[in-house]
Amino acid sequence: MAETAVELSNVTKRFGEIVAVDDINLRIKDGEFFSLLGPSGCGKTTTLRMIAGLETASEGGILIHDKPMRQTPPFKRPVNTVFQNYALFPHMTIEKNVAFGLEMSGVPKEQIGPRVEEALAMVRLPDMAKRRPRQLSGGQQQRIALARALVNRPEVLLLDEPLGALDLKLRKAMQLELKALQAQVGITFIYVTHDQEEALTMSDRIAVMDAGRVLQVGTPYEIYEHPTTRFVADFIGETNFLEGEVIDVLGALITVLVDGEVHVQATSDGHVQPGQAVTVVIRPEKFNLEAEGMVKGKVKEVIYIGTDTRYIVQLSARTEVVIREQNIDPSRMGQVREGGEIGVAWNPAHALVLTE
Amino acid sequence: MSREVRNQRERTFLRVLLAPTLFWLIVFFMLPLLVILVYSFLTKKIPVGISLPLNLGNYVRFADLLYIQIFWRSFVIATLTTAICLLMGYPIAYWMSRQPPRARSTLLLLLMIPFWTNFVVRTYSMKFFLFRQGPLNNMLLGSGLLKEPLTLLFTPTAVVIGLVYGWAVEMVLPLYASMVDLDLSLLEAAQDLYANRFKVFTRVILPLTAPGIAAGSILVFVPSLGAYITPDLLGGSKTAMIGNIIADQFGGAQDWPFGSAISFVLMAIMLVATVLYFRILRREAEMK
Repeated sequence: MAETAVELSNVTKRFGEIVAVDDINLRIKDGEFFSLLGPSGCGKTTTLRMIAGLETASEGGILIHDKPMRQTPPFKRPVNTVFQNYALFPHMTIEKNVAFGLEMSGVPKEQIGPRVEEALAMVRLPDMAKRRPRQLSGGQQQRIALARALVNRPEVLLLDEPLGALDLKLRKAMQLELKALQAQVGITFIYVTHDQEEALTMSDRIAVMDAGRVLQVGTPYEIYEHPTTRFVADFIGETNFLEGEVIDVLGALITVLVDGEVHVQATSDGHVQPGQAVTVVIRPEKFNLEAEGMVKGKVKEVIYIGTDTRYIVQLSARTEVVIREQNIDPSRMGQVREGGEIGVAWNPAHALVLTE
Repeated sequence: MSREVRNQRERTFLRVLLAPTLFWLIVFFMLPLLVILVYSFLTKKIPVGISLPLNLGNYVRFADLLYIQIFWRSFVIATLTTAICLLMGYPIAYWMSRQPPRARSTLLLLLMIPFWTNFVVRTYSMKFFLFRQGPLNNMLLGSGLLKEPLTLLFTPTAVVIGLVYGWAVEMVLPLYASMVDLDLSLLEAAQDLYANRFKVFTRVILPLTAPGIAAGSILVFVPSLGAYITPDLLGGSKTAMIGNIIADQFGGAQDWPFGSAISFVLMAIMLVATVLYFRILRREAEMK
């Protein structure tokens, strides 16, 4: 399973003056659920379209199972795409839509019928064969688009925000279904999304993109717990950024002076020196509210949101942090009051120093 | 109750709105048509006019080889015209529909400007263009492509050229309309599903633009089949079409009943052709 399914080396795509994809390198493993995550216009869809062959890279090479794809037109590539708007053929029945790829690639007629049936059963819409796309709901069309792609047993399945048009509840259900389906068929999925929660839920690995560049590649755990750039930390989940100056380095343990008065203990993966300007990243749920704490703060706001309570705590004149606590013990609720003094603590291992 | 009252009111309102249109259709369209239908069963009165008895004689006269020939010729010319308009119009419409929106409106305007000129004037200009000593022959001779000038005027070829020129825009516009709406992601999806360029065209583009093809073909075929001015000016006496004999019956020959009968047969053919064409296209779209 460790074989490389898709490899992009130094791929750049320019549309006239605009650089949509800027010198990216990716190695996507066989059988992996790989997500390209980023805000709109970050180049993720363009990257996907280059793998499909619908766009040609301005520079660089794309390999699918070690075969260079530069000269290969889209209709000869061993990949299939699930399009954002599904792109089902309106003039064909569902059955014909799903059979299209098999017919085009010259699969013998007697095999097409059973395979189409099997694909429709896989997406749990076996009775829709004779219908037309417009007679189906958005969610059903989405599944048909999936069946139409998967029926060809591609080496790689490309998905371009396939759940974007569905409502939240259906989207959540489809996320789990897609993930289960991927595990079942064992095909490499490359999934484009701007929804960080979706990417975290489904992916084996995620590439976070911004402005045509890949900023970080890693598992959901790595991306969330160890973001290497401020953009990644900000884009994935909620984060506190504390800007300050390094005043003490003790191995990996760093002390940063924030706003001239708050001493923040953190760790660094890289090399930092006293005097350096850095940003400390701490997720809201990593904080603990204690009587003593590592630093003192003033509770500005208490917001009850059911599962959690959010506290906004002012640490200094210009620094405030968002703290999130699970409501495990309801009796605690009255103890922290707006306007009161509180101690804030955290494990320095969960406070990350970013140097950029 | 109140809903019923409202529906009743709406219906009355609609009737009032539709009245002028209905009046127009009945008085200036249905009634004359009925008159022609009645005429076609009457007998010619000598020297002019019509008289009883009612009879089928005017329809029986079609059995004549002369008229069958003219009908056949008209049919071939109209079919050829439609086919040429389609073959030329399809790529033009496709190319136009793939331009940026601003260029598209300019191109549409350029396409339509010549057609704001009177049809008779345009047909006369075509006559001049096709002359033995006209611009077309001069160009062909001058470029060395030909040694002898072509005799085009007063041939069926000239009639087809004139009709294509006259009706091409009627083909391009509905084609263009069906192509502008074409969802490009469908073409990409087809390519992604292993269809080469040819298959993308035959399996996706063609069926999805079929309504445009049908509409354009009918808009060209129907006026071509009943053409009168074009064969009159460009065809000469030997390439008379149905339109010319109908005109003859109401003019020189003064045989209104026979002219009416021919008109009705022509209308019937057009109706049948239209219905058949739509049927075939719909079935093909469903088969694919």
